[in-house]
Amino acid sequence: MTNDVMQKLTYREAVREAIREAMKKDDRVFLMGEDVGRYGGCFAVSKGLLEDFGPTRIRDTPLSESGFVGAGIGAALGGMRPIVEVMTVNFSLLAADQIINNAAAYLHMSGGLFNVPIVIRMATGGGRQLAAQHSRSLEGWYAHIPGIKVLSPATVEDARGMLWTALEDPDPVLIFENAGLYNMEGMLPPDIGPVDIDKARIRREGKDISIISYSASLFKSLDAAEILAKEGIEAEVIDLRTLRPLDETTFLDSVARTHRALIVDEGWRSGSISAEISSRIMESAFYELDAPVERLCSAEVPLPYARHLEEAALPQVNKIAALVKKMVGTHG
Amino acid sequence: MAEFRMPSLGSDMLEGTLVEWLVKPGDRVKRRDAVAVVETDKAAIEIEVYEEGIIETILAQPGQKIAVGAIMAVIRTEAGKKAETPEKATLKDASQLLAEGASVPAEDKEKKLPSIPEVEARRIKVSPYARRLAAERSVDLSTIAGTGPDGAIGATDVERTTATVITQPAEKAPPTPIEETPREASQKEAPPAAPAAERHAAKDYQTAMRRAIAAAMARSKREIPHYYLQMRLDMSSTLRWLESENLKRPIKNRILPVVPLIKGVSLALRDVPELNGYWIDDRHQISEAINLGFVIALRQGGLIAPAILNADEKCLDELMDAMRDLIVRTRSGGLRSSEMTDATVTVTNLGDLGVETVYGVIYPPQVALIGFGKTMEQPWAENGMLGVRPILMATLAADHRATDGHRGAQFLDALNRHLQEPSNL
Repeated sequence: MTNDVMQKLTYREAVREAIREAMKKDDRVFLMGEDVGRYGGCFAVSKGLLEDFGPTRIRDTPLSESGFVGAGIGAALGGMRPIVEVMTVNFSLLAADQIINNAAAYLHMSGGLFNVPIVIRMATGGGRQLAAQHSRSLEGWYAHIPGIKVLSPATVEDARGMLWTALEDPDPVLIFENAGLYNMEGMLPPDIGPVDIDKARIRREGKDISIISYSASLFKSLDAAEILAKEGIEAEVIDLRTLRPLDETTFLDSVARTHRALIVDEGWRSGSISAEISSRIMESAFYELDAPVERLCSAEVPLPYARHLEEAALPQVNKIAALVKKMVGTHG
Repeated sequence: MAEFRMPSLGSDMLEGTLVEWLVKPGDRVKRRDAVAVVETDKAAIEIEVYEEGIIETILAQPGQKIAVGAIMAVIRTEAGKKAETPEKATLKDASQLLAEGASVPAEDKEKKLPSIPEVEARRIKVSPYARRLAAERSVDLSTIAGTGPDGAIGATDVERTTATVITQPAEKAPPTPIEETPREASQKEAPPAAPAAERHAAKDYQTAMRRAIAAAMARSKREIPHYYLQMRLDMSSTLRWLESENLKRPIKNRILPVVPLIKGVSLALRDVPELNGYWIDDRHQISEAINLGFVIALRQGGLIAPAILNADEKCLDELMDAMRDLIVRTRSGGLRSSEMTDATVTVTNLGDLGVETVYGVIYPPQVALIGFGKTMEQPWAENGMLGVRPILMATLAADHRATDGHRGAQFLDALNRHLQEPSNL
């Protein structure tokens, strides 16, 4: 593959192309959500799709998350393949009853009769000075719920490839797109296809420590690994990609090679996905550990508005590098 | 109750390994009794007790590394037992005492006293991976110093140790005779393993000693502004006198020439006490007792300077005995803690190897070191006459914070004076 046939795409465009492809491939697929049609999407993801596919397949909804997520569940039960866009994870709390009590539970409560093949996309994450109510990272929280899959595409390739695989899944899939990533550019081959949604990926190899991360924190971890490499510390960086079900094998194998693990998570520390990963390492790789597992999470406060406070509350590159140095210490 | 704690056997000692207990619970001990053997970076030392009483509980186990100051045993002292009751009473108010009744036997109360598990608090911290590695490679974790957080042992600490194990057999591994029958071979398999392990332990021990010497000497050169003085001493009268003295003695009781030197130094220190003592906490502390550290080189490398206690009060025969005893015990590893810690000044003699002049490095926190070179026949002019005399170069390395050159010169002058009157030594 050479560069001239590669296509430069933003994360936003990659999601849009994924929706466009799905709409073309399967006429049961439709997009529904607040401002996805005429406005082109709150984050401009669906810009232009209304013109291409018309108002029956690109549907603007009222400001009622519980209502339109419920409608999506009904459509899925009725044989459609809905993509429901909830503007951000913050507002998904209004639809939590639909997602948790209905979508996630139907298959089990119906004795295996009713699958709910819905895909719910939502933006997540902080760092854009939108204050507490618009900056939450609750994907780890959804990863607590059996019955749904929780995807967290970090790369442009995953943004482009995960949607189709999610639509093919017979059960509810939540896709969390970190809003800070929409402008990120990546090079993709034009014939890029769907990607798997059940394996974590090692994004950088290293022998001294495993930094386990996902979404926007992945890039902070990679930047930290670059700094650490200059100081002789080789950090392996793992992109979880899917928070439920967790691909343990990848990070456990990595820890068995590096003997140290740091989890970088924009979510809060208490009762978090980082706690879950740490636990699994204790349970399954205890005898591989040469240092206690460490976590770098957001400060346990509603995210502040002020830039310097918000930056201080979130995991940052320098904090990751400093913590790794402390962990590797003289053992490097 | 008195607590017997790991003593500091040198200013640079942080911990010691308990080799064995010389007492057991129930044994009666008195002041200065040796109760345990402890291995430090420098040597195996018999450590002494400073209380009278009965060994109540032994808390430290042989093989364990114990921090200086950690409790190793509890001694039941006569005084302590009496003192204890009122102290306990003050902890309870009167109503409690009434409620409990005064009939609780004293022994029961004793039993309720929790033993202080300070030694257990010194649990070795090892990462799970390092522990697994150590098990795989048969490494004794108690012999490893951890470099991780809180001194935790990590994988690299284990790897560092096993790296030396692997290089070890290459040095002196006895060749296995191939003509042995399998049966003989299997019978003989065990013994070679043991010496290898011992050699390994010896190497670690030497490394540790080297580190200890390095720390002390680096500190000395870093902190102590040394000044040096030297004086040529005419040894004619001393040696002549010693020869006639030795003729009166059976061979095994003969006095070596270094003994009058030691006595001379001790007496000169009485005259110039400023050189005998320590510089601690920015303060010069002159010692009343003259405990003369005598440098003994070890065959396998390294050195130890155990002290001849109250050297100035000993006659030459006593000094000779003391030295002989020290050399034997130093090389066999039976030094006592007071001998390791109480030296107030150090003497080093390198004359045996032909060295003419010694420029010593002071052993901190001491403030002086006296060096002797080889006694050699040299031309010596006196009263306008040239003669050949046995000449010895005596040097003084002294701490300029504690004394000045003038005091140092007085010391060498006094040393010379004492050596010129050997019958008074």
